[in-house]
Amino acid sequence: MAEIKLKTPLTDQDVEKLEIGDRVLLTGVVYTARDAAHKRLSDLIEAGRELPVDIRGQVIYYVGPAPARPGKPIGSAGPTTSYRMDAYAPKLMELGLKGMIGKGNRGANVIEAMRKFKAVYFGATGGAGALLARSIRKAETVAYEDLGPEAIQRLEVDDFPVVVINDTKGNDLYVEGANKYRR
Amino acid sequence: MREIRTEQIVQAVRDLFIDANCNLGEDVLAAFDRAIETDESPVAREVLRELKENARIARDEQSPLCQDTGLAVLFVEVGQDVHVTGGDLKEALNEGVRRGYGEGYLRKSACHPFTRANTRDNTPAVIHFDIVPGERMRIVAVPKGGGAENMSRVDMLSPSAGLEGIKDFVVKRIEASGSNPCPPTVVGVGIGGTFERSAILAKKALTRRIGQRNADPELAGVEADVLSRINRLGIGPMGYGGNTTSLDVFFEVEPCHIASLPVAVNVQCHAMRHKETIL
Repeated sequence: MAEIKLKTPLTDQDVEKLEIGDRVLLTGVVYTARDAAHKRLSDLIEAGRELPVDIRGQVIYYVGPAPARPGKPIGSAGPTTSYRMDAYAPKLMELGLKGMIGKGNRGANVIEAMRKFKAVYFGATGGAGALLARSIRKAETVAYEDLGPEAIQRLEVDDFPVVVINDTKGNDLYVEGANKYRR
Repeated sequence: MREIRTEQIVQAVRDLFIDANCNLGEDVLAAFDRAIETDESPVAREVLRELKENARIARDEQSPLCQDTGLAVLFVEVGQDVHVTGGDLKEALNEGVRRGYGEGYLRKSACHPFTRANTRDNTPAVIHFDIVPGERMRIVAVPKGGGAENMSRVDMLSPSAGLEGIKDFVVKRIEASGSNPCPPTVVGVGIGGTFERSAILAKKALTRRIGQRNADPELAGVEADVLSRINRLGIGPMGYGGNTTSLDVFFEVEPCHIASLPVAVNVQCHAMRHKETIL
């Protein structure tokens, strides 16, 4: 199992070399978006309108952080369950999204879109929000402030630890991991 | 008759939700330690160590373990000789939630089901009242995260399914949940009563401590058996593969209708948060 350092935004070459089970430390900008923000982004795409952020090469982190205490950039910030974004994710990959960070299984349509559009799905440790917040240096809301914890935020991360769950070849760490330890 | 002022209730609920969200129980930490000793998967052991480290950071900084600080579930046992003074009991419980989630920097996750508009203060709480003998009030705060809650199910089995049918239903539910509910999970199983009663029993089961077996030796055996079956599924911590898919399984059982066999499975993530106080 390799440990790879990557800087965002990501290129096709960056994601194509990743394999399931690889531990990756991400540095740079990632954008937060979860259920309600995805719905709004999807509505804009349907209407043929511009998105509030240019997502080409970007990584979206499925997270709704806890409020920051004074003096801290952010509160606890671990991943939310990803399948709820499955309906929207392929469209975003078609527009150039290169990575998603979340936790939990993805649908076949999303895994296929990752193969087709060259993107990867990273897992962050669910429930480790206090630990993961330590890798986030800065957070600012860039869209949909009215959504509260569901607003889109621009995060600056430094060695943010993730694991490759689905690569660009259609592999799935969840399937392989469970098969290996099933008795 | 003993008087309890609403201000005491507000303060107690505030403190319980902050405490539950920032300070993981020693029983859960001990379960992580046991799993680090026994899980065959190096990745699983690494994840479990991260969870321990996360709990340490949360405790040190008094920040929530997880950004999903839950809907606010409360079990409130009111002694029949208690007289609440100074206002409305239900409003006092909700005010405690409002203050805890505001002053504790906890995330507000309550929203309208259709518009998804956030209520902004994490109210209303989900409150389960019970009237009991005595002149005390016991309040149990259970912040319940959405990811694991979404994996929960109720089914009305045919009585012919029997105990084996119940066990299969629980194991299959955990298998189908896969990596979604942040394993290693804790599984609350409510059997009996009516449709809604089984779900409340399942939720209440999650207020036990890890390792606390059912007082009925037969049910204690069933819990151990189901736990062992779940941990042979291979899902493991975070679903990356391993022998620790659940930390414990708790059954709560009550009589049901002669035509029915209600079974509820309430899935709880590894951040098994519950704190209680007696006023």
